[in-house]
Amino acid sequence: MSAATGKRVAAETPPKSMSITRLVWVNVAKDLRLEWRSRDVLNSMLFFSLLVVVIFSFAFSPTADQSRNMAGGLVWIAFLFSMVMALNQSWARELRNGVLDAYRVSPAPAEALFLGKCLGNFILVILLECLMAPLFVVFYNLSSVGPLWQLVVIALLGTWALVVNGTFFAAMSIRTRNRELMLPLLLLPISIPAVGSMVTATTQVLTGEGAPVVQMKFLAGFCVVFTTACFLLFETVLNAE
Amino acid sequence: MELQAGRFYVLRGENGAGKSTLLRMIAGLNEPTEGAIHIFGTPNRQALHQLGYMAHAPLLYDELDGMENLRFFAQLYGMNSDVPLAEAMERVGLDPRLARRVGQYSQGMRQRLSLARAIFHSPRLLLLDEPFSNVDPDSALQIARLLAGMRSAGNTILLVTHQVGLLADLADEFLLLSHGELVDRGPMPGAKA
Repeated sequence: MSAATGKRVAAETPPKSMSITRLVWVNVAKDLRLEWRSRDVLNSMLFFSLLVVVIFSFAFSPTADQSRNMAGGLVWIAFLFSMVMALNQSWARELRNGVLDAYRVSPAPAEALFLGKCLGNFILVILLECLMAPLFVVFYNLSSVGPLWQLVVIALLGTWALVVNGTFFAAMSIRTRNRELMLPLLLLPISIPAVGSMVTATTQVLTGEGAPVVQMKFLAGFCVVFTTACFLLFETVLNAE
Repeated sequence: MELQAGRFYVLRGENGAGKSTLLRMIAGLNEPTEGAIHIFGTPNRQALHQLGYMAHAPLLYDELDGMENLRFFAQLYGMNSDVPLAEAMERVGLDPRLARRVGQYSQGMRQRLSLARAIFHSPRLLLLDEPFSNVDPDSALQIARLLAGMRSAGNTILLVTHQVGLLADLADEFLLLSHGELVDRGPMPGAKA
């Protein structure tokens, strides 16, 4: 079937070239503005993380030494599950009123939407981590034996690893009927290597035992591989019916 | 099926005939089961900058106001000026200075803003799915006149509506779909000779 061919055959040139970097920031700015006005994502992440901190703290009442050994696992599992709740909401916002279709009929590349969503979610999760970190320290009487900058690097790499996969799989599951169930089913198995690495590295820094740099290198490699794969496959996912 | 550029087509058919699906396929949102779609000689996915699409749903963010919505979508088309956006809002009868979020708009206002979103970049092909639903008769007439003006300027319009009477003297041709097939086409019924 062909549509609208005829006397004005010569196609007009596309609008002036759009830099993908600029389009990424347009999407990030829009997502942060929507979040600032609704606070859907941040509130649900904060509430869930807070519950995990308080309930585990009362359930185990760990000593400082015990905390150093278990905090890595606890912190990252809390953030991972909080993020799962948030990622679904960030895409659900695009489905409300069919807004995603308006993006799809625009000439903007799908990759700009993906990277914009990843960066927007990354900023929100990092903000959550900044807000929750002092609470973890207080409730679990945490102090680090290893250098703190390593924790910052682990947080940045680990968060990106989880966010990039989470954003991709959330986009994949958003049109399914059981999307709340589908996202963790898709995301958690593929994130196991990254989560394992993050937990090990965090525990190694907190206890001062082992070589967290090896885990950090693994996380960096994980980020590169999955960012590339998700970036290349996103357009197919976006246009899948 | 071939449509001629610069003409105003009304797509008709019973519920479930495939009218909206046809618009979605032309807009590149659905893939045709067979064949290919070209817009002005270019595969449809490569001609998106020439296309304006208005769907049943408003395709707008509730948390943003009218201008903020248009500004976001305009940036996707490489447009950075507010002037054509304000003009588009005025053409559909909305005040560009209205600082109310779209979530607080009435259905009719959403419909008009949705039309403004479809036309702000002056597309050569306009695909409209029920643009008159939820708008009052005066507004419907205003929208019909706007479309007539766009058609006179050489734009191609393909519109789905059940309010055919409104367009009797404005549209060039009707297309009748049934069960996904084009079963009839011709001059608009009721048009003055």
